[in-house]
Amino acid sequence: MFEIRDLEVHFGVIRALKGISLEVKDGEIVTLIGANGAGKTTTLRTASGLKKPTSGSVLFEGRDITGTTAMERVHLGISQVPEGRRVFSTMTVLENLELGAYHRKDRNGISMDLRKVYELFPILYDRRKQAAGTLSGGEQQMLAMGRALMSRPRLLLLDEPSMGLAPILVQEIFSIIKDINREGTTILLVEQNASMALQIANRAYVMETGSIVLSGTGSELMQSEEIKKAYLGG
Amino acid sequence: MERLLQQLINGISLGSIYALIALGYTMVYGIIKLINFAHCDVYMIGAYVGYFCMSYFRLGLLPSLLIAMVVCMLLGVAIEKIAYKPLRNAARITVLITAIGVSLFLEYGTMFFVKAETRTYPPLTGLLARTFKSGSLVVSMQQIVIVGITVILMVLLQFIVKKTKIGKAMRAVSLDQDAAELMGISVDTTISCTFAIGSALAGAAGVLVGIYYNSINPLMGMTPGIKAFIAAVFGGIGLIPGAMIGGYFIGMVEVFVSGYGNSMFRDAVLYAILILILIVKPAGLLGKNVREKV
Repeated sequence: MFEIRDLEVHFGVIRALKGISLEVKDGEIVTLIGANGAGKTTTLRTASGLKKPTSGSVLFEGRDITGTTAMERVHLGISQVPEGRRVFSTMTVLENLELGAYHRKDRNGISMDLRKVYELFPILYDRRKQAAGTLSGGEQQMLAMGRALMSRPRLLLLDEPSMGLAPILVQEIFSIIKDINREGTTILLVEQNASMALQIANRAYVMETGSIVLSGTGSELMQSEEIKKAYLGG
Repeated sequence: MERLLQQLINGISLGSIYALIALGYTMVYGIIKLINFAHCDVYMIGAYVGYFCMSYFRLGLLPSLLIAMVVCMLLGVAIEKIAYKPLRNAARITVLITAIGVSLFLEYGTMFFVKAETRTYPPLTGLLARTFKSGSLVVSMQQIVIVGITVILMVLLQFIVKKTKIGKAMRAVSLDQDAAELMGISVDTTISCTFAIGSALAGAAGVLVGIYYNSINPLMGMTPGIKAFIAAVFGGIGLIPGAMIGGYFIGMVEVFVSGYGNSMFRDAVLYAILILILIVKPAGLLGKNVREKV
């Protein structure tokens, strides 16, 4: 349903992505792992439209969407949870969630999705009138995910959802990611926490300095010696 | 006591006008981090539109005010589209210099069309010309109208920013442009709306100043522009309540220094205050020093 072909991205003269290709099939969880600075976030930002590629193409549901903006891609059904959560800190939790559904007009659908988000993250309901900036890191991550779900995406792009969270919270976030996927949302997940990501992913790509160096199913990669050594701590 | 009260009334009237202008500065700064130097000239154009409506077309105050607001709204959006939008990704200083250019263009462009001479606003008549006296206390209907209109506009602004969809989009874009775009918000449209609202307020201020001081000229924007800018910085630039508080504060200072001290020192005191704020509380009265990034 989503595909990136020969994507090259530059920051000034620096080539951040050196012609990468990857595919996410309908209903899958695909993860992109790799060290800091490998180009994972850049890949995701190009997928969501925040960064324009120098060459290559981005396809969604059989359509070439390379030239579209991030805003247009939200309307098409792609939603990104950005790195570092990026919640609107001085706005309330409810306002943040409402902004997630900004382009939608179906009031009933929006309030239904709001209820769903509150079911998925009950803490957000308790905190709905609080400013988002006053939430803990884990709660902010949940808010960022809930906010992205409010656009009712078919493809959810997640950038480092485990960043800065306590291990117990990481477990919780990952199990929620699986729940979201089970309900029918396709997921592309960027993670530094390779072992957690590989556990829930159907397939995975490994990035190194702007290129994809390895790919396979989650379990295949978990068995791979190279991966064990480089990313799973032995 | 009566004298104090009188100064308070004068200060509130003058402060209203500064607050209206300061709002435009602060809203635009909040959303694209630009000190829009052309803003004070939008205010001047508003004064002229009001003047022509009232003296040539013999329209009443309210229709003239509305027309001036609409014209300024369109002008503000046009300035943003033509001058600032192409520079969206340019260095901050480039946009700043462009803003000064737009300001000069508007000032001398206006001078070309309407001549440099000072023009006199048509006097208000009937109920609007009345004054109320109690002892030595004098309140003119003009002052009541100025404060009344300002309060209505501020309430309206607060409603738009807090409750409406576009207001929420404006706050979202000013907090985090990328994240706002990921919500499916059109950043361009939101910026245009911000310019539209800020410029409409400046247009209203232009007409109100016309009826308050009676005389207008193409360079009338410069001094109040700087004072309104001080007001915005005083309250905390980028913060809407800050601009309101700052506007009234600057109005009060000006009136009290003139009333109790020496009107020659009026502006000196204002600039001294600006310097003091920049030293003691650079983020302004309501501003927090540098938002923490997690």
